Amino acid sequence: MMKYVDEFRDGKLAETLAAAIAREADPARSYHFMEFCGGHTHAIFRYGVQDLMPENVHFVHGPGCPVCVLPVNRLDDAVELAEKYGVILCSYGDMMRVPGTRQRSLIRAKADGADIRMVYSTLDALKIARDNPDRQVVFFAIGFETTTPPTAVAILQAKAEGLTNFSVFCNHVLTPAAITHILDSPEVRELGIVKINGFLGPSHVSSVIGSAPYEYFAEEFGRPVVIAGFEPLDVMQSTLMLIRQVNEGRHEVENEYARVVTRDGNLKAQQLVSDVLELRQSFEWRGLGTVPYSALRIRDAFADFDAEKRFALTPKIAKEVKSCECPSILRGVKKPTDCKLFGTVCTPENPIGSCMVSSEGACAAYYSYGRFRNAEAAE
Amino acid sequence: MNALNNNALLSRTIDMTHGAGGKASVQLIRSIFVKHLSNPYLEQGNDGADIGPVAGRLVLTTDGHVISPLFFPGGDIGSLSVHGTVNDLAVMGAKPVCLTAGFIIEEGFPVDALDAIVSSMAKAALEVGVPVVTGDTKVVGRGQGDGVFITLTGLGSVPEGIHLSGDRARPGDCILVSGTMGDHGIAILSKRENLEFETEILSDSQPLHDLAAAMLEVVPGIRVMRDPTRGGLSATLNEIAYQSGVGMALTERDIPVKPEVHAACELLGIDPLNVANEGKLIAICAPEDADALLAVMRAHPKGGDAAIIGAVTEDANCLIRMKTGFGGSRVVDWIAGEQLPRIC
Amino acid sequence: MCLALPAKIVSLPEAGMAVVSLEGIRKTISLALVDDAGIGDYVLVHVGYALHKVSEDEAARTLKLMADSGILADEIAELA
Repeated sequence: MMKYVDEFRDGKLAETLAAAIAREADPARSYHFMEFCGGHTHAIFRYGVQDLMPENVHFVHGPGCPVCVLPVNRLDDAVELAEKYGVILCSYGDMMRVPGTRQRSLIRAKADGADIRMVYSTLDALKIARDNPDRQVVFFAIGFETTTPPTAVAILQAKAEGLTNFSVFCNHVLTPAAITHILDSPEVRELGIVKINGFLGPSHVSSVIGSAPYEYFAEEFGRPVVIAGFEPLDVMQSTLMLIRQVNEGRHEVENEYARVVTRDGNLKAQQLVSDVLELRQSFEWRGLGTVPYSALRIRDAFADFDAEKRFALTPKIAKEVKSCECPSILRGVKKPTDCKLFGTVCTPENPIGSCMVSSEGACAAYYSYGRFRNAEAAE
Repeated sequence: MNALNNNALLSRTIDMTHGAGGKASVQLIRSIFVKHLSNPYLEQGNDGADIGPVAGRLVLTTDGHVISPLFFPGGDIGSLSVHGTVNDLAVMGAKPVCLTAGFIIEEGFPVDALDAIVSSMAKAALEVGVPVVTGDTKVVGRGQGDGVFITLTGLGSVPEGIHLSGDRARPGDCILVSGTMGDHGIAILSKRENLEFETEILSDSQPLHDLAAAMLEVVPGIRVMRDPTRGGLSATLNEIAYQSGVGMALTERDIPVKPEVHAACELLGIDPLNVANEGKLIAICAPEDADALLAVMRAHPKGGDAAIIGAVTEDANCLIRMKTGFGGSRVVDWIAGEQLPRIC
Repeated sequence: MCLALPAKIVSLPEAGMAVVSLEGIRKTISLALVDDAGIGDYVLVHVGYALHKVSEDEAARTLKLMADSGILADEIAELA
C-alpha cells in the first residue's frame, strides 16, 4: 500500500463523503467550482468523481495545465532550437506530442532527425550536458510554481560546475496571475457567462507558494478557495468544504491539503526561485491572451544560462487553427463538446489543440474518460 | 568441407562480409546459429526446410522485434521473440510446429552479444519444443539498424473444435486475465535512459502454449484469446470490442497489478492498463464456463494470479467502461501511440 | 498539474541527494529544496526533487475530518 496515497482513495470513505455532499448541497442552488489545476481535472475523470456528486454540483475546468497554455510560438521556438541550432533539446514527456504551427510537434521534429530527448528531471538534462561537452544542451522549462524551483536549482548547479554548454528556455508561469485574469474577465465579472462560486486550489503549486497568496482572491472577489489535495477523497472533502462556505456566505481560504501545504509554503524553494528568476512584464498565454506579470524569465546575473540570450530566435506569430476552441475551453467559457472539432477532426491520435494532447487538458480527459457520459445523454 | 571446418569466428564484431553470402556468412551461421539452434533441418543447410505434412488447420504468424534495450531485466530479444511468436500461435489455439528466424544485424554489433541472443533464443525454443527450421541473416551498414532486428514466423496447427477469433465476443461473456498487468513494460522503462529507477520487477516474458492448451482442454468453447502486448490490456480489449461490435464493463479492483508496478506507474504518470505484457493472456468465454476456466488457469503455474475482470456488454459505441476502485466510472480508452511519462 | 507523490527516504547516498522508495521502487532524487529531511521521512517528489516533507499528523487529521464529515451526515439524517 502506498502510504499517504491509498488511504486517500478509499472507496468506503468516498461513499460517506458523497452522502454528506448530497445532504449539504442545497437543492435550490447550483454550485460551480473551478478546479484550476489540470491534475484535479485528471483525478476527477480518472476516478469518476463526478458520478458521486449530486446533479447541482459542477466542476468548471480551469487553465492550470502548463502544456495547454504554452503559446504555440514558444513551442515553435523550441523546435527551432533543435532543428536550426542542432542543440540537444531536453524536454519533459508532456510536451513531446503537442502540435505547434503546421502541426509540427517535438516528436515529429525528432522523427525528422532533431536531437530531442525526453527527460524526467532537470538532473537528467545536467547529466546530458556533462556527458556531451561538445554539444549545446537546452532544457525546455515549462510548468507552474511547482516545477519552477527545480529549474532554478539546475541553473545554480550549472553555474557552480562551470558548465558552458547548458542553458534553459524558460516558460514558467504563475498561478495567482492566471486566477486573477479569469476572475477579471468580462465573461466572469460582467456577463456572468462563466459562473464560478469558488475555487479548488492547486495542490502542489500551493506546497511551494503556500496558502497565503490566495487570501487576496477570497477577499477581493468574494469567492471561497479550498486548497485541495491531489487524491479523489481530497477533491471530495474540498468540494464539501466549498459547499459549506457558499451555504454559509463565507469566502475564506481553507487548506484541505494540510499534510503538505502550510500558509507560508516552501520558503527555501521560493528564495531559490527569486534568486535566479524574475517576473516578465507580460506573457502571452494560449487561450487567455496577454497576462501581465504572469511569467518568469532568467535574471541577467544568469544570462549565460538563458537560451533566449544564447540563441537568436526568429520572432514568430502564434498561428492557431480557427475552429479550435482551446482558448474558450481554457477559460471555462466552453466545454470540449462545444468545440466543432472535438472527437471528429481533433482526437488524441490527431490533436489539433493542446487541450487534447495533454493528459490533463479538459478535451483529453473528456475524450478518454468521459466520452460515454455524453453518448448516454444523447440517447 | 575442410575450409569450413574451422568454425571459429575470428572477428569480435559483425561486419558487412558476414551478410554477403560468402565464407564469412557461412562461418557466422555455423558458429552461432547452427551451434545453438541445432536441429536436423538447420543442419541440412538448404534454402528452405521440408517439414513434411502437418495435421490440423494451419496457422501462421509473424512478428518483427525491434526492441530497445536488447537485454532487459528478465529476458532479451532472443527469448522475447520466441515467446511472442509462440504466444501468437497459442492464442489462436494452435500447437506450435516450427519457427523461422530472420536476423538483420547492424555493422559493428558485438559477436558476443549476438551469441548470447541466439543462445537465449535456442533455450526458449527448446523449452517450448519448437525448432527454428530455417533462417536468414543480413548485415546493414552502421547506423542503419538498432543493433539487431529479429523477425520470427511461426507455424502452428489448430485441432478440430477450436475456433478462437476476436469477433466472437458476445454480451454476457466473461473476461479473464491470466495474471498481473504491466510487468514487462515497467521492467523495460526502468532501464530507459533519463528515466532509470531501481526495481525488482522483471519482464514477465514467457511462452503460454501450455497454459492455453490446458485452458482449451477444459473449455474448448473459449471465444477469444489474445496476448496484451504493446498498448497493454486497454489496447487489446478495445481491439476485441471493435471486432465483435460490443462493449465491456470492467471492475478495476479485480484487475491484478503488482504493487511495485502500480507505484512505478504512479511515479511516471502512466496507466498500468496501457503498459505492455509479454507473458499474459486474456480470455473471453461464455458465462457458464467462467468458473471452470478460472480454476484451470489458477491451477497452472503460469496462471496463479488469474482473475475474472469483467463482462462483455451490449454497446453500439464499443466503449470499455470501468468501475474504479474509488466507486465512480470511467472509460478505458484506446490511447494514441505509446503513453509517455508526464510531469503534469 | 504537477504530478507529485509522497515517497519514503530510505538512504542518503551523498550530500543533497536521497534515495526514496515507493512500494519497492527506488529512485535517487535531489533534496536541494528541503532542509532537514532524513531517513524515514516522507517527502513529496516532483520531477526528481523533494518539494516538501509530508506531515504524518496532518495526514491523520485530514482523514479523521473526512470520516467525521460522513458521520455528521448520518446524524443529520437521523434527526430528519
